[in-house]
Amino acid sequence: MQALVIVAHGSHLNPDASTPTYDHADTIREAGVFDEVRTAFWKEEPSFREVLRTVESEEVYVVPLFISEGYFTEEVIPRELRLEGWDLEQWDSDGTSATHATLEAADVDKTIHYCGPVGTHDAMSDVIVRRAETVTGDSEAGEGFALAVVGHGTERNENSAKAVHLHADRIAETGRFDEVKALFMDEDPEIDDVTDFFETTDIVVVPLFIADGYHTQEDIPEDMGLTDDYRTGWETPAEVDGHRIWYAGAVGTEGLTADVVIERAADAGADVGDAIETVRHRTRSDANASAGD
Amino acid sequence: MTDVNDEQLDALLSAAASGVDYDGLVAEHDVDGYRFETPDGTHEELTEAEFGELADRNPWFVSNWYYWRARDRPDTEVAFLRYLEGADDRPVTDRYETMADDGIVASWGQLRIDIALGEDGHRVYTVRNETEADTAIESLTVHTDPLEARELVKHDDRGRYRPLKTAPTLPTGWAFVDLDGRALAETVEYVYPATIANWHLERRGELDVDHWRETMERQSGIYSVIKTWDRGEGHEHVNWVAEACCADSQCLKRREWEYEDGTPLEVDGGDGEFPCREPCSLVVTAARQWTKLEGEETKRYEFELTPSEKEQIEAIVDAVADGEAESIREADIYEGANRYRARFLRAKRFDEEGRLCGVPTDDGS
Repeated sequence: MQALVIVAHGSHLNPDASTPTYDHADTIREAGVFDEVRTAFWKEEPSFREVLRTVESEEVYVVPLFISEGYFTEEVIPRELRLEGWDLEQWDSDGTSATHATLEAADVDKTIHYCGPVGTHDAMSDVIVRRAETVTGDSEAGEGFALAVVGHGTERNENSAKAVHLHADRIAETGRFDEVKALFMDEDPEIDDVTDFFETTDIVVVPLFIADGYHTQEDIPEDMGLTDDYRTGWETPAEVDGHRIWYAGAVGTEGLTADVVIERAADAGADVGDAIETVRHRTRSDANASAGD
Repeated sequence: MTDVNDEQLDALLSAAASGVDYDGLVAEHDVDGYRFETPDGTHEELTEAEFGELADRNPWFVSNWYYWRARDRPDTEVAFLRYLEGADDRPVTDRYETMADDGIVASWGQLRIDIALGEDGHRVYTVRNETEADTAIESLTVHTDPLEARELVKHDDRGRYRPLKTAPTLPTGWAFVDLDGRALAETVEYVYPATIANWHLERRGELDVDHWRETMERQSGIYSVIKTWDRGEGHEHVNWVAEACCADSQCLKRREWEYEDGTPLEVDGGDGEFPCREPCSLVVTAARQWTKLEGEETKRYEFELTPSEKEQIEAIVDAVADGEAESIREADIYEGANRYRARFLRAKRFDEEGRLCGVPTDDGS
């Protein structure tokens, strides 16, 4: 038997923080390739500490629903899961290239395949593009559009900015959008001046965050000038300095993120059958349906 | 009592070769023939047909064995489901009669679990909030998919987010019906995560408790400050944490962690069915704030209050601490924590900067 455990931050204060995690778990559960699909949280229950004992399978694929490699993926999660002999060297990563490491956990008799975070997987570039399609309601969105990928910045972790650049560069290389840039909340180039960085009138803004919360629903919309007060909401698109801003909200809420979770597990050796194709197809149908609402 | 199910009889006949001894049912097969035994009597040297007739007359014993042993269930799930129906203490006949009649009633935290007899001796479980034990199922919102429990238990009846799943604030108005054993265990897992696993480990004497000291030593990042709160001068502060956060009125888990191995806390751990094996993330987060606040030295302040005003301040702290502030009635001006009473006290005793009796917090302010 093989299990998938999605580990995420969660929140003591925000009831919606766990929603994308549950949604992606459900999508993967429906694909039917894992005997068990579980979720665990740093701030909610089951905790990282106690999730493995709720799993029956002997092979467990743990995928962090985090944006970048750093404090949580390198220190907190391995420690709380009691991964014996964990050493960052096992990931052999340049900051965005971790795939997986195979370890034992001290409190259960199981093999744990500890994967890199979803945010740095190449497939996350596709999720950002899908997010642009969803927010514009145009499955061909690209020509005539600029794309801004937004990150938190280096305040806490330099790898966080690396992940943003990784995807901005990958998407730029495809030539699909007229312009692509990485922008940040707390370092240059800053999201506050978003319209200064693009020639194109229509700018799609996709924050590389897992869940919607304070940053994506309060800070960024106000900083970009979409609204004076986040509580009154904003238009999509919103007119700012002669540009139209298509603000997408956290990329991690996009249904296709479930595909990245599966790809992480598959890269670590999980037998995922045709789940990647199934989920890519199904989440596209869902995205088109919601774009038409 | 119905005839025994063919599939169950076939399974028992095959299992008899290696011997069955379960909840009072003994079935064996050797060169002398079959043996069939229940608490009502022993029958030996039986032909397969005679064995089948006896099974036919004792379908409950056969289906009981089948339900628990012939299906592929994890040990944890078997132990939990058997605990709910008291299978280790109550004879098969007693349990089946109760299930067939009004059903067996069990509880887990604030969950009320009804166990009824389904087809062929299988169980059918119903789950709801224990405060709605007497509410007709039809007047509740009915669910059958365990996954739906996640959203249901996210907010309490006052619409407030429940960050602690085992807080005694389980919302009402719903029921899960027609659950089999697996679906019941899943539902409980979403309502009270990991409680079954930890309960089972405890029953086997294998619960891995992490006490306060080791849990705080493990913390890093913004939480690493907490370990500085333990200064080797006693652990009164941890008693206060446990009294504040871990009492049954705040959390249904039974606290098994102490200050450290061999140094128990002086406050009661609670009476819950399922154990708490280490300080949870809410306790850790609160402890970080208390570590910072408790770093302050005390100061001497002088306030002029009437005796009733002093008692009113105590009443306000009590009402907030016990979560009763909102239930004090609008016009109940006899309660110190009544809103008008509190507003009067503020109007009289606070200055324009919100300072009690105009006394500055710091000398310079």
